[in-house]
Order: sequence, then C-alpha cells, then structure tokens
Amino acid sequence: MNIIIENATLFLVLAGIFGLFMAWGIGANDVANAMATSVGSKALTIKQAILIAAVFEFAGAILAGGQVTKTIRKGIIDAKVLESTPELLVYGMLAALLAAGCWLLIASHKGWPVSTTHSIVGAIVGFAMVGIGIEAVSWGKVGFIVASWVVSPVLAGVIAYALFRSVQKLILDTENPFDNAKKYVPFYIFMVGFIISLVTLVKGLKHVGLHTSTLENYFYATLIGLLITALGVMVIRKIKMNETLNKDFHYASVEKVFAVLMVVTACAMAFAHGSNDVANAIGPVAAIVGIVQSGGEIAQKSALSVWVLLIGGAGIVAGLMMYGHKVMATVGHNITELTPSRGFAATLAAATTVVLASGTGLPISTTHTLVGAVLGVGLARGMAALNLTVIRNIFMSWIITLPAGAILAIIFFYVLKGIFS
Amino acid sequence: MAVSNYMSGIFGTSPVKPMQVHMEKVHECVSLLVPFCEALIAENWKTVEKLQKQISGLENEADVMKKELRMNLPKGLFMQVSRQDLLEVLTAQDRIANKAKDVAGIILGRKMILPKTIAADYSKFIQRVVDASEQAKITINELDELVETGFRGSEVKLVQTMLKKLDKIESNTDTLERKIRGKLFQIENDMPPLEAMFLYKVIEATGDVADQAQRVGSRLQLFLAR
Repeated sequence: MNIIIENATLFLVLAGIFGLFMAWGIGANDVANAMATSVGSKALTIKQAILIAAVFEFAGAILAGGQVTKTIRKGIIDAKVLESTPELLVYGMLAALLAAGCWLLIASHKGWPVSTTHSIVGAIVGFAMVGIGIEAVSWGKVGFIVASWVVSPVLAGVIAYALFRSVQKLILDTENPFDNAKKYVPFYIFMVGFIISLVTLVKGLKHVGLHTSTLENYFYATLIGLLITALGVMVIRKIKMNETLNKDFHYASVEKVFAVLMVVTACAMAFAHGSNDVANAIGPVAAIVGIVQSGGEIAQKSALSVWVLLIGGAGIVAGLMMYGHKVMATVGHNITELTPSRGFAATLAAATTVVLASGTGLPISTTHTLVGAVLGVGLARGMAALNLTVIRNIFMSWIITLPAGAILAIIFFYVLKGIFS
Repeated sequence: MAVSNYMSGIFGTSPVKPMQVHMEKVHECVSLLVPFCEALIAENWKTVEKLQKQISGLENEADVMKKELRMNLPKGLFMQVSRQDLLEVLTAQDRIANKAKDVAGIILGRKMILPKTIAADYSKFIQRVVDASEQAKITINELDELVETGFRGSEVKLVQTMLKKLDKIESNTDTLERKIRGKLFQIENDMPPLEAMFLYKVIEATGDVADQAQRVGSRLQLFLAR
C-alpha cells in the first residue's frame, strides 16, 4: 500500500506515457486497417480519410469507449485476489501496456499480422496467470472474450452478405440501377446513423455522465439518422448520370451514389474502431489511475476519468498523423478493385458488429471483423477476387500474438516488480 | 515503423481487366484479316507479307498476356467464377488469334491466289468472321459489369442477348463457308490438286476463327449458369 502512495505520481506518469505509446501504435497502424475499405474504394482521398479517422476515432473513444475500457480494466482480472497487494496490479497493467505496445511495434515493423486487442488481452492474462496466479484470471470472462473473437467475424460476414444481397436486389440487378441507387441509398444512410447512434446512446453515454431513457434513446437515434440522411440526400441530388464515364463502365454513375454512402460508413467505422480499440490502450491506464487515486483500493467504484479517455483519443490521432497516412496510402494503393457498393456493405457490417461489441464491453479485433465482412460480400458474389491466404494469417495472429503478448508482459512484470520492491 | 498491412492482402488482383485487355489484343490481331484479304485479292504481296507479320506479332503478344494472366491466378484465389471456367474462356480467346495466324500463315506461305469466282464470297466470309470476333470482344467487355452485379439480374439478360447475337453471326459464317466450299467444289478439277486442297484448308481455318469466337461465348455462358 505504501509503495503506491509513495510512487503515486510516478505510476500515473508512467501509465500516461505507456498508454499514449500504445494508443499511438494503434493510430499508426491499426486505424489504417479499419479505414482500408474506405480508402481502397476510392470514395475518400487519403487526406479526407485521415480527417474522418481523427475526428470519429476520437468521438468513438470518448462517447462509446467506456464499456470496453471497463472490461480491460477490471473484467479480465479478478480483483478480489489482489486486495492485499494492489501494487501487483499496477505493475501488471504497466507491464501489459508496455508489452502490447512493443509487440505492436515489432510485429507491424516485420509485417506480421497483429491485433492490438489480442496483444493486450494476451498480455493481461499472461501477467495475471504467472505473476499472480491462475485463479487471478476471470476465466469465464476471458472465455467469453475469446468466443467473441470467433463470433464477431462470422457475424460481420453474415450482415455483410445480407446487406450486399439487398443492394443487389434493390439496386444493382435492376433495370435502372442509377435511379434505384438514388432512391434507396438514403435508407442505408439512415440505417448507418441510426444503428451507430442507438448503440452509443444505449450503451456508451453513461460513462460520460449522460443518462437517457429508452424512449429518448430511440428518439435521438432517429433524429441523428434523419439528420445525416438529409445531408446525404442533398449531396446525392447533385449527382447526375455521367454518360462519358458510363461508356467504359456502365455502373460508374451508380458507384458515385454509393460513394456518398461510403463516406458516411467510413465515419461509422472510425467511430466503431475508436469505441473498441482505444480501450486497449486506456483500459490498463484507467485501472492504474483508479488504484492510485484511491490510495490502493482496488474494489473502489470510481468513474472513468475523462482525461484518461482523452489520452487514448490524443494518442490515436497523433499516431495517425505521424505514420497512419503512410500505411493508409499503401492500403489504398494495394486495394484497386474495391468499388464503393462493396466497400460500404463490408464496412457497415463490420462497424455495426464492432459497435455492438463495444456496447457489450467485448474487446474484439476490428481488422478480423472487417476481413469477415469482406468475405461475406465475397460469398454474395460481390468480389472479383479474394485472397484466402489472409485467413491463414489471421489464425497465425492468434497463435503468435497471444503468447507473445503474454511472455513480454511476464518479463516486464518481473522487471517492474524488481525495481519497485 | 515499416509500412505493412495485411488487411489489403485479402483483396486479390481481379483477372477481369487483363481478360478484357487480352481479348482486345486478340481482336486487334483478327481484324487485320480484312485488309489482309483485300491485299490478297489485289495480289499486293508486299502488303500481304507486312500484314501477316503484324498478325503473327499480335498473336505472340496475346500469347504472352495469356501466360502472364495464368501465372497470376493462384489456387488460393476466391473468385466469383470458377477458376477453371475462367481459364477456359482465356484459352478460347487465345485460340481465335491462333487460328487467324494459321490462315494468314498458310496463304502467305503458299503464295495462294484466290480463284476469281470465290474471291468476293471469301472477302464477305472473312468480314463476317471478324464480326464474330468483335462480338466476342463486346461480350467480354461486359465482364466488369457482370462482376459489379454479381452475375445476376438485368445485366445477365443483356449479356445473354449479346451471346445470342454471337451465335447468330457464327451460324451465318457457317452458311457462307458452305457456299464457298460448294463453289470451290465446282472448280476444283480445273485447279492444281494441292492448291485446291490447301484452299479447303484455309477456308476451314477461317471458319475456325468464328468457331473459337463462339466458344468464348459458350464458355462465358457457364459463368451465367447458376
């Protein structure tokens, strides 16, 4: 207990720096994955994508990131075991942050498939298991999280399949795809606004101190949905059939309409990513801050400090500004065949799944979810060619990242423990 | 930090554009048969030789494209159409150019002279054969639209009309071929036998160009069959 009070400032500063480092890593690398379909479909320029990502990642982190932060902070480790030795949790969380951050840096440097979520969860479980004891891990909760890693790509795939089939039925496969696109795309835009704001209202906002009733939630979600739709309709109205563009590819004008939808969906995706993945960086920070501020009390139910969320948001934006644009440019360059109609279906499916997971407090991998969604569109005969070896890479990332995060965390944990005691 | 990303890795390179470019090359090659035939009838051997070289060169280019495309179709690729069907369309496309090269090759190699009675018919025949190749090209040009619609809906109907037209052109070339054979049969005894034999062969090879164009269509039809 004394250790915590003696080193309170040091712990807070370290937590802040490590959290910022991790968030920076997410911004530099992971955000590009989340925005891949948006940039790849050429609906957005790199600059626009960066701007959207910066704004909506931040908003997602602040407005809807609370639930996942809570899980990372106190869902994985059973705090009761640690009541007499809270400093161990501080070391552990610091170690986990450092481990996940380093692993992220190494893996993305080498080009290995890496998931920030898997790194941090692996790291926390690792230090808890070895540094404290097997019983310190809430295995039920961890099992639930791992199950969600399987369910989320599948769910996103199913939603993407259904979405794309509906796009085919209503727009692409009809006699007048252009007119139908203008007619139905606003409904999709409404759907994006409605779903994202509803989940946020229901699950997220209580962490920033706003409490709303169910009826109010639906009312506000509808209002936001309509507002975004109105904006979208204004832009879509201006799109005219372009005969010269259509000569080479008859669906060029149709895709122009979908591009509007893609922009809206890209915002939703950045928001979703912010709401889920920022927690990977700030969950441990929140845990440390909670303990330090209460002078060593773990079970204390303090609310999430807004400045912690701000660190996460700021870190992501910084990473995005410094390196993210490079990664995004590569992504945009590599994905040449994706059209907005596909990009939208895959992205919205992934964003919906991720936001739902955020609302439930489940830390999932945005990238894997997006891959699942893309495959879903592919199964609806939507993609000209998909490279299935990527699925193998995903399994690789499971096999490598979890133990790598865990081992690094264990090493850092013992180093920190040695330094402070 | 190195720039690397495995998210973008999932998007394979679509074979559609290369298929279309290949077909364009093939048609460019085949369409030279029209001036080739004109020069032949005018007995302008310099032009005949020059055009034969061009036809052969374009056929070679198409061949290289075909090989490159095949190399870029790994087995792990998940496509809207079966890999085998796609490769068969490609082979059929390539054979159109092969046959055109055969026609030009035999004619130049044997310094063939078309009998006056069939010259006009042969010229018409060639034109129709080139039409078949063009119709195949037009149809292949719809591949990207088919990809966009996921091989469903009204686009499929459009392509099916195009394929019907291709069939019609091909059956038209068959009629013309029969007519020319009939005329040749009447004069074959007045010709050196070898000359007549090879003329039959050229007529057959010319007809094969249209046959292969139709084959492209029938293979494409398999994409539409669900």
